[in-house]
Order: sequence, then C-alpha cells, then structure tokens
Amino acid sequence: MYRPARTAAWSAGLVVLLIAVVLASAALGPVRIDPVTVAMATLNAIVVPAGVTVGSASVPVLGISVPAPGLEYAAVFSFDVPATRQIIVADIRLPRIALAATVGLALAAAGTVMQGFFRNPLADPSIIGVSSGAAAGAVAAIAFPALVPFGGLHLSAFVGALATAFLVYAIATDGGRTPVATLLLAGVAVQAFLGAMISYMLVHSGDSLREAVFWMMGHLNNSQWSDVAFAFPITLAGVLVLCAFRRELNVLLLGEEDAHHLGIEVERTKLLLLVLASIITAAGVAVAGIIGFVGLVVPHIMRLVVGPDHRILLPTSAVAGASFLVVTDTIARVGPAVVPVGIITAALGAPFFLFLLTRREVHSV
Amino acid sequence: MTDADRREDTRESEVGPEPVTVSADGCSLAFGDLSVLEDVSLTIEPGEFVGFVGPNGAGKTTLLRLISGALTPDIGSVTIDGVDVHDLSSRASSRLVSVVPQDTTLSFSFPVRDVVEMGRHPHRSRFSSPTPADHEAVERALERTRTADLADRPIDEISGGQRQRVVLARAIAQETPVMLLDEPTASLDITHQVETLELVRNLVDEGRTVVAAIHDLDLAARYCDRLVVLADGGVARDGAPSAVVTSDVLAASFDATAVVTPNPVTGTETVTAFRADCDEDSLPERVHVLGSGTAAGGVVARLEAAGIEVTLGPVSSGDAAAEAARSIGIDPLETEPFTRLSSEEVDSAGRLVRDADVTVLADFVVGTGTRTLLPVLDESESLVRIETGPFEERNAGSGAARNRYESYRERALEVPQRRVLDAVTMVFEKSQSNPAASADSTDG
Repeated sequence: MYRPARTAAWSAGLVVLLIAVVLASAALGPVRIDPVTVAMATLNAIVVPAGVTVGSASVPVLGISVPAPGLEYAAVFSFDVPATRQIIVADIRLPRIALAATVGLALAAAGTVMQGFFRNPLADPSIIGVSSGAAAGAVAAIAFPALVPFGGLHLSAFVGALATAFLVYAIATDGGRTPVATLLLAGVAVQAFLGAMISYMLVHSGDSLREAVFWMMGHLNNSQWSDVAFAFPITLAGVLVLCAFRRELNVLLLGEEDAHHLGIEVERTKLLLLVLASIITAAGVAVAGIIGFVGLVVPHIMRLVVGPDHRILLPTSAVAGASFLVVTDTIARVGPAVVPVGIITAALGAPFFLFLLTRREVHSV
Repeated sequence: MTDADRREDTRESEVGPEPVTVSADGCSLAFGDLSVLEDVSLTIEPGEFVGFVGPNGAGKTTLLRLISGALTPDIGSVTIDGVDVHDLSSRASSRLVSVVPQDTTLSFSFPVRDVVEMGRHPHRSRFSSPTPADHEAVERALERTRTADLADRPIDEISGGQRQRVVLARAIAQETPVMLLDEPTASLDITHQVETLELVRNLVDEGRTVVAAIHDLDLAARYCDRLVVLADGGVARDGAPSAVVTSDVLAASFDATAVVTPNPVTGTETVTAFRADCDEDSLPERVHVLGSGTAAGGVVARLEAAGIEVTLGPVSSGDAAAEAARSIGIDPLETEPFTRLSSEEVDSAGRLVRDADVTVLADFVVGTGTRTLLPVLDESESLVRIETGPFEERNAGSGAARNRYESYRERALEVPQRRVLDAVTMVFEKSQSNPAASADSTDG
C-alpha cells in the first residue's frame, strides 16, 4: 500500500539534489566561484519581510495617488562576500537559476497531470494549446507591439496561453461534459490554426523575426528577479493545489465512470486540474518561451523510478523537473556555445527518452 | 427470516450496512433516435439479490447505469433509499452504491492493493492518511475475493479473471449498502464463477441489496432471489427464478428455443438453448426417435425445442433417453429392460413410425430385444441416422439382423447430433417434393 514516508523520503532527496544543482550551477560561468562563496552569497540573497510600511508607496488610481501598504525586506544573513561575486551570484546567476527551477517545476508538474488526465503517455503540458497560445501572444507582442496595447511580452504570452486553453475547453465542452478525446483533438486543431497565425506574423515581422524565433526556441537569457516574482508564486500555488488532488488523479485513471462511482465529481475535478495545469504552464512559458520535452520526459522518467501513483509521482516529478531544467540551462549557459535552453532539453531529452523507450516499455501512464 | 431478524444478523456479522431500497420509476432512455429503455419501473427490496437477464442489447447494462447514476433517464427517476440518485453528489452516491463494471481493463501498473484501496476514496477526507478502518476494509476485501496473494502484483500483469475479482474487491472495500454488478462472472472460469456468486450471495445475506446483470441463466437462477428479464428495452418478466426461467419466457424474450430442466445437483433451473434460425414452415410436424442413451435424449430435446411433436421408443425404462424425454414432458414408449419386445410393443412402435413424418435413428442398438423392431423401419422412407460411436459397439445381434440394419443404415441420412434439425428438415422436404417415390417404395 501507499506509504507517505516513501514520498517524503523521495521528495526530500530530490529537494537536496535540487539545492546541490542550484549551488553548482551558480558556481559555474565565465567567472568560476568556489562553492562556499556561492553558498554564502546565496544565503545573503535571502530576504524576509521585516515590516509593513503604509504610505511610503503609492498606487495611482484614477489619476489620484492613494497610499498602499508595502513590505519592507531585510536580509537574514550577512556573510562576508566580495561585492562583485555577490552581484554575479545574487543578481546575475541566481535569478536565471531560480527561473529555470520554477519553469522546470511548472512544466514537469503540468506534464504529469496532463498525462494522467488524458491517460495518454504522449500528453505534455501544452497538449491543449497553451504553448501555441503563448507563442501567438509573444510573437504578436514582439512583431507588432502596437497591436498589443496591454503591456509586455510576458503578459501577452500569458494571456494568449490562457485564452487558448479556455477556447479549446469551450469548444470541447458540450452539455456540461468535456470528453477528453474531444479536448485532445480540439487542442490539436487549435494548435494547427495558431501555428498558421504565428507563421503569418513571422513572415511579416521584419526586423523582429530573429527575436521572435529566439523566443519560440525557449530561453532564459536576461532573466530578472521580477520574472521569478511573476512566475514562482503562481507555480508554487498551482503545484500545491494540484498536489491536494493527487488521489483524484489516481482514481481518474480508472476511467471517468468508475471515478464517478468512487465519489469524484468528475467534470468539476477535470476542469480544476485543467485550469491549474494550464495556468502553471502559461506562467512558465510566458517567462521562458517554449521549452519542449521537460513536461513530457521528466514524468516518464520518474514514473519508471517511483511508479505510477500520483501521490508520489507528482511531487517528485515537479522537483526533478526543476533540477532537470537547472542542469540543462547551465549547459546552455556555460557550454561551448551559448544556445537557447530549449535546444538543450530537446537535444538531450529526446535521445534519453528513446533510450528509455527501447530499454523499458513506456506503454502506459 | 423477517427484516428485523435479518438486521439483527447483520449487526453481528463483520460488515453490515443498513439495507436500502432501490427503485426505478417509469424510466425511459434513448441514445439519439435509438430507444434503449422504455418505461421501466422496478422496485428492488432491501437485502434482495436481483439478476437482470436478457438477450444482448436488451438494456441490462443501460439499466444498471441508470440505477448507478452514470446515465440520466430522459423520463422517470431512480431513487435509492428514497433519494433521487441524480440529486446526490458523487461522494454521497458513492457511499450508497458501488459498481463493478463489465470492462475492467486497466492500463496502468498500480499494485492490486492500491486499486482496492481506491474503493475507500468516498470515505476519506482530502488530507488524511488511510485510517486503520481503511486498511482493515481493504485487507478484508482482498481476503474475501481471494486476491490477497495478488495484493502486491501490478494490476496490468494479472489475468482478466483475477482483475474482475480485484474490481469486486474494490467494490466490497467501498462498503456500500447497494452493489451493482455488470456481468461479474463474464471472464471467470467455472470455479471462480461459482465462488464469486457464492461471495455475492453472502454479501446479500449480510444485508446488501445487489443487482447484477448475469448472462448465464443457470447461474442467475441458482443464486438470485429474483430475476428480471429485459427484452426490447422493457421488463418482459419479473419474478422468482422458477417462474421466470421457463422455455416459454425464453422463447419470447431471447427469441431462442430452449429446454429448461431441473438441475439434478442444485435443483435449480438449467437451460439448454438451441439455435433458432430454422424456418418453421419447413419443419416436419412429427418426428419419431428410435434409439437410446444421451444421443437419443439430445435429439428429442433438440427437436422438441424447435416445436416439433416428438415421440420416442421403444426405449428401456431407466435409459437416459427416457429420462430426458420425461423431463421435458414427452411420454416415451417404455419397455422392460433386458426382455424381448412383445408384439403389441412392436405394433405400437410401428404405428409411431408410420405417423411420423421423419424417423431418427439415434445410437440404435441392434440386439435380441430390438431385432424384431427392424421391420417397422419399412414404414418410413424418411430416415435420419445419428451415431455417436462406432456401430460395432452397439451391435449385439445376429448376422441376419445386422445385414438388415445395414440396409436401413444406408438409406438413412447420417449427420452429427447437432445437425439433427437440419437433417430432419432436409429429409422431410425431400419426401414432400417427391411423394411418388415414397409411395412406390412402400408398395415394393
């Protein structure tokens, strides 16, 4: 029977691995920094809310500035680290590493959920068109900034992703029921349509073609703490709520009718899983572009290691996905040629997946 | 046993949900233009084991799915314990009704115990770990379905029959007062069929209300308290097995010709069905069977089921053929065993052969007792012969009798036993189309 201790042990082990990977990654780069300094600089970067200030910040509403509560942060640790090293670690490398971990967490968790939800080993986080929607939004924002009035690239991609997921869901829903097969096919069709739209925009993107294509390859260059501040809270909240529905995911594997007879409000649960998985995927894709294979391969690898039970599979896949993307992004960043991480994940992930496929059958979810 | 007694019993046994009533009231359901159920009303009493029987496509599964709440009737309602199932949340209904579906294919490799544990889902809150009560329910369910030794095997690596028992275990672990089973024995071998239905019977005796679609009429008659025959989207018959499993009901509902005989071991109804694809107009009205043993008995039953008037004899009393004939209401011409046939007996046999359109020789034994019978075969030109073993084994007569029988053998159309109806029809048609030949030969 399911043993919570096993899940705790695996999760803790993978979290330790993630921390090690993060510290190792932060040590690597054009400037080599020894691990101790990295650890100290990382700890120095940790801040906690130290107090609430009212009125010091103001938010303009209807042209009038009104006082708003703001948080004051204070550093917890103050190790003695040379200023340049502190800046390299805390302001240049760590934001990118943290963002890689966040996006990996989101994609692997969403991939696990989608594979279970669709009972299909080929399902990935963007199976219902989230990535295509994000790409359409991003390319539109890059190529035709004037057409996207509501702000930056990230927001445009995020909104495009969620709008697409909603559209696919609405198309596939009939009379309060959403058959997963219809959902899957609607996703494929909408993705094809968006693919055409994206190509059209690229053709007419002129000078911004390079930037648009680079975005679509998926990269974490120029990551800022503000990107992490956008993606991490959404991802963390989403993954935690998904984790609360792990048992439902298991029972849904039996099929919807059986799940109903075992006390699951099938349509409501499906909607919730789909919404959460789409939101965390959208958050990840919005900040990092389309990074393939993480959400497909990591859940399969973890399924081979810990088994198909979502109670252990979902948290371990999520944390493993974070490590996987930190490692691949480090390779992208410090490797012989600086390339978008999306190229590395696919170039490493695909052969590894094929290796698994030929060694052990990946025939079920 | 009164209900009060039953409840008292229930409290003492290990699992005892309060018995509840299930009723369907005027339910109709159509899939598109295809009406599947029409105005079905049914009340299932607490602690009753009701079997749904009927031909394929009669709506057994659909009615079960209506009762479980998986389908909503277009008209009418289903209530469990007085509450409309469609007003219940999934969680509430899953605490009342457990379902063992027909298709139990699972394409993921959870250990068997974890699949059974899913039956506890309705009883658990979101963030709690399994309680000792959950563990006990799971282990008990594994024991009762004899799947405990499979508990750690992945569900996708056990056989279909084992999987069916695991899904039953899941339903037992759910501890609901009502259980719905769709063909729970479909992929089980004969031992496990009986074992599973004995178990279901015990669950009923503990106070559960059980409704099962069972295609095996013999098993349904043996274990159910009540059978509901569904045919053409409605209830064709509803009652105790002995009242429902009759050849008339089966003919009307299953469009089958069948013989219902009491099972000598269990005493419950046993159904032997035959193909019902012959054209009734081309059948002979009357067929006489000469022979012995199960070959003759089988022929009698087969022809009788097709609606032909069958006569049998002479046959030794106590012969399997005589027993078979009597069990389906045919009075054979019986003789004392091991004695020479009297001339009256030979005359009666001759009359029966003459009156019949076709005569079937089924494992006819040539011996001292039957030698005198051979001339009566001259009375019939339309002979069909069935021999289940080599002729020599049944030949105890003299050389002359054997030679005479050989001539009849050659005139008769030989077929295997299962083809007897076709052969009888063929021989009869031939004699009808060529009456002159028949007359000539009789004259000669």
